[in-house]
Amino acid sequence: MKRQVPLVLVLLFGLFMIFQYFVPHESSEWVYEFLLDWIYIIGIFALALGIWSLYVVSVDKVKTRKHDWGYSYVTLAGLFGMILFGFTARHGDEWGWYLIFVACVLLTVIMSVQAMAARINKGLPLGLAGLFLLGAVLIAVFDDTWSFYFYTQEGLQSTMFRAFFDYIMMPILATIFSLLAFFIASAAYRAFRARNLLASLLLIAALIVMMRFFPYFGENVGEFIARVSSWLMNVPNLAAQRAIIIGVGLGIVATALKVILGIERGYMGKG
Amino acid sequence: MINFFDRLMRLDRRWIFLFLIVVCIIAYVSDFDVPIMPEREVETIYEFVDSLPPGEIVMIAIDYDPNNLAELHPMTYAIVEQCWRKNLKVLITSLSQNGPGMADEALRSITDSLAETKTYNGQVYEGREVVNGVDYCFLGYKPYFALVILGMGQNFRLPFPEDYYGTPLDSIPMMQGVLNYDDVACVIDLSGGNITDYWISYGQNRFNFPLALGLTGVMTAQYYPYLGSGQVFGIMGGLLGAAQYEKLVDNAGLARDGMRVQLPAHIVIILFILVGNIGFFVDRRNRHRAEGR
Repeated sequence: MKRQVPLVLVLLFGLFMIFQYFVPHESSEWVYEFLLDWIYIIGIFALALGIWSLYVVSVDKVKTRKHDWGYSYVTLAGLFGMILFGFTARHGDEWGWYLIFVACVLLTVIMSVQAMAARINKGLPLGLAGLFLLGAVLIAVFDDTWSFYFYTQEGLQSTMFRAFFDYIMMPILATIFSLLAFFIASAAYRAFRARNLLASLLLIAALIVMMRFFPYFGENVGEFIARVSSWLMNVPNLAAQRAIIIGVGLGIVATALKVILGIERGYMGKG
Repeated sequence: MINFFDRLMRLDRRWIFLFLIVVCIIAYVSDFDVPIMPEREVETIYEFVDSLPPGEIVMIAIDYDPNNLAELHPMTYAIVEQCWRKNLKVLITSLSQNGPGMADEALRSITDSLAETKTYNGQVYEGREVVNGVDYCFLGYKPYFALVILGMGQNFRLPFPEDYYGTPLDSIPMMQGVLNYDDVACVIDLSGGNITDYWISYGQNRFNFPLALGLTGVMTAQYYPYLGSGQVFGIMGGLLGAAQYEKLVDNAGLARDGMRVQLPAHIVIILFILVGNIGFFVDRRNRHRAEGR
């Protein structure tokens, strides 16, 4: 029964989703929209589960003093800090007790991790966590320079949220991605070698495509390279990409059918 | 000489990193401009947007995170400013997690730029105030992009009953009578990930709207088949694509500036590939000779 119910559900909903794609009837659309809502609902539970999982993994890292365990505090402080800044905003230019409130919440999280990770003497971090939480609640109740906003214009325009996104998140992510250029340069130097015929063809094609962007060739050479690179992109590249896309498409159809018909059961946890 | 190539083959990668960063810094501080020659696939996007009558809606999907800021943000700046200068309306959505922050930042910067009187392609555009809800509507982010793309095909209000700022779509002036993709002139997806696949297969294929793409450099070759099949009417690839678009709209910005660094960096990479191969052939020849003895 435990195995048959999920199989029947997958079969029914899988067949319905195929059916509704080709039948744009009002009732079919209504059921389809209803099912879409369910996907969002399940997704919200997955999000909560994800946050809890991150918290538990971080606690475990601190507890067992794994490599770089100290960064677990930074991860959790970043996570809860951004959530707080997203849901709270100041009314005007006054700061009031806002930053102390944020510090209290973050210290509550850190102390709770400390309490869960501690093997003995859990009392002190637990007591401190309670104290910081009490402080945060009191500030939230009595400080009127800021408020909680859940998905409203004020919350989304929060200066702290924007500042953290614009001046911390964006530069960090952009920097990490731009490091790729250095690794590509190093990898190209070491690995891009004309070892055999196919590797030589790949190398020549890559050089031509890269050089088409070089604007300082004369008109004739530039035009020739542009034509060759255009041919490379529109003929061999196009053919290979189409073959890959068709192959992937057929693979997706085959896998979907296997799941719907109960042949592939990996999603249930056992093959 | 043999010793030189031998050492070249064993070059520590940190020397490569150092050489590349020195070239990038020199290029950045030097005052020169890279000539840009727009490609046909970029021109088609420009011509399409340029030919739209005032009041038409262009939908822009800002589906990238800060990782792709350097390549895709300049495209957003160039296209949105072009739309607003031509009095087109812009409908913005963001289907990647950090996309709303990117869109919000871009909207603020472009709004500031619109306040100034500027001349593009010989035409003077008076500075004006951009009004949220009249000139643009920012729908925001919803997870599960395939479902959102399908939902918007029926009605924008299904996945987004309210805009990013919490205003119901029905009370936004720009959205009056705007139901689904049939009411927008085109969709331009600026993406740094596989969301583009979903815009093509679930969006364009099913609802048949004109779709153009702005992609990172590494993704571009992958999407040429869709250009060939007509499912996509234009592609802007990487920083160069953004620079080409900036050239077409005569609005030199971050991409034209970035090309001054990218071009020398690419030349360095090409030189490293060539030098690496010369070293490889010399090394192989020496080994063959040694075996022959």
